[in-house]
Amino acid sequence: MTDRAFCAVRAGALTTVQDLGRAGHAHLGVPRAGALDEPAHRLANRLVGNPDTSATLETTLTGCAVRVRTDTVAAVTGAPCPVTVDGRPAPWGAPVRVPAGAVLDAGPATAGLRSYVAFAGGVDTEPVLGSRAADLLSGIGPAPLSDGGVLPLGTPSGPPARVDAVPRSALPLAELVLPCVLGPRDDWFTEAGLRTLATGRFRVSSASNRIGLRTEGPPLERSKDGELPSEGMPLGALQVPPNGLPVLFLNDHPTTGGYPVVGVVPERFLAAAAQAAPGTPVRFAPRRSRATG
Amino acid sequence: MSTGTPGGRTPAGRSRLPLRPLPVGDHGLLVELEDAAAVEAFHSELLRRAAAGTLPAVREIVPAARTVLLDGVADPGRLAAELPGWDIPPATAGDRPAIEIPVRYDGPDLADVAALWDTTPEDVVRIHSGTEFHVAFCGFAPGFGYLTGLPERHHVPRRATPRTKVPVGSVALAGPYTGVYPRSSPGGWQLIGTSDVDLWDPDRDPAALFAPGTRVRFIPVSTQSPQEAR
Repeated sequence: MTDRAFCAVRAGALTTVQDLGRAGHAHLGVPRAGALDEPAHRLANRLVGNPDTSATLETTLTGCAVRVRTDTVAAVTGAPCPVTVDGRPAPWGAPVRVPAGAVLDAGPATAGLRSYVAFAGGVDTEPVLGSRAADLLSGIGPAPLSDGGVLPLGTPSGPPARVDAVPRSALPLAELVLPCVLGPRDDWFTEAGLRTLATGRFRVSSASNRIGLRTEGPPLERSKDGELPSEGMPLGALQVPPNGLPVLFLNDHPTTGGYPVVGVVPERFLAAAAQAAPGTPVRFAPRRSRATG
Repeated sequence: MSTGTPGGRTPAGRSRLPLRPLPVGDHGLLVELEDAAAVEAFHSELLRRAAAGTLPAVREIVPAARTVLLDGVADPGRLAAELPGWDIPPATAGDRPAIEIPVRYDGPDLADVAALWDTTPEDVVRIHSGTEFHVAFCGFAPGFGYLTGLPERHHVPRRATPRTKVPVGSVALAGPYTGVYPRSSPGGWQLIGTSDVDLWDPDRDPAALFAPGTRVRFIPVSTQSPQEAR
């Protein structure tokens, strides 16, 4: 029980290995993947002395628990949750010593959706195209954690951070406000449809996942029917399928698509979207592009 | 919105392509072009400039049917203003040999495609395997390429009812495109054959056999030969 690895004793609803993803391969049909709440992922790594590129575990709503096979330092960030080591309370958002054989438990999120669990040395699965991230659209990278599954840990590269307090994400969320830049296909919608985008009350649909945050609410009226010839889809795209309800493309989104993109949410607002649980009210704040007018 | 500057041919055969840059968030552009050939020429020019270090840093360059997406650009407004002034040569086939994909032309829709082409299944095989394709763009799944090359009279619609499961390796047609399914998935394309080629292998370099611009030929192999039988 001294090898550098951990075993999942409670895999949770959906726990995946994530890092900063594999940007730069979209032209091959390969999604970016990577941590949805990237600031929380980076923070977790910093707390345990890892570079930002180390892989962490991204949990979904119910957290996860792992038994480590070596003395290690771990940290839990993102969605706040009760943290225990062998049943004893431990701090959230701080480096925690976990002795070999002990169980680190990141409990159900008390706000938000996704917690990040970093270990000193990082989760050391085999990289694919330069990233260890699990991509749930195309099945690249490690499979989601399963009960009893074992994953390797890397060698720590630096000492854990010495911190008294860490910044919290914008949690809990009473309402998710998503600023967005109109285009490239806002001309596929009527004036009324664009007004609906700006004023409509939407909610996060329970059909949301790492591919996209789906919304429920008033449909956006289109001025053109049909589909576009396939075109490249950026991270943060608000793609509008025939039902008129915007889908916010998250990290595992398809790289091309034929439904019009009414606007694009800048990346810095996507971490909040990643923490918005189903049912959270959503408001869009569209504006015109400063770049191309 | 500017529609670019058409015309203006230079002695070297370079020309100003009509193009329309559309906004994509704060750091992207979707550049709309007139047709697939213009997309290919513009995409090639982007890659040339990227290789020469004269293109501003771009995280993703994603060509598609009528557009090229540029994402992760520091100053998209400046780039959008420059694009209409670029002199761009027509795309060339390139000097790398075509990738050869052995195909058993045994797909369940071969007869339907023959009917749509108003010819025989044997002629479909002859025409399809006699065409030089090139990868216009990728998408749908890692390793999936949208291959163009068939003339317009051989474009076919998708099937009215998509299949819930298209087998891995299926060689299929839809619209102007030929594709090879890199894995089993639902799909509505017309299946004309099967290939054993591994289009996507993350342990291989390159992982994807098809990248935008790759030239491809399909080589018919016997559906009876024992070494091809599965």
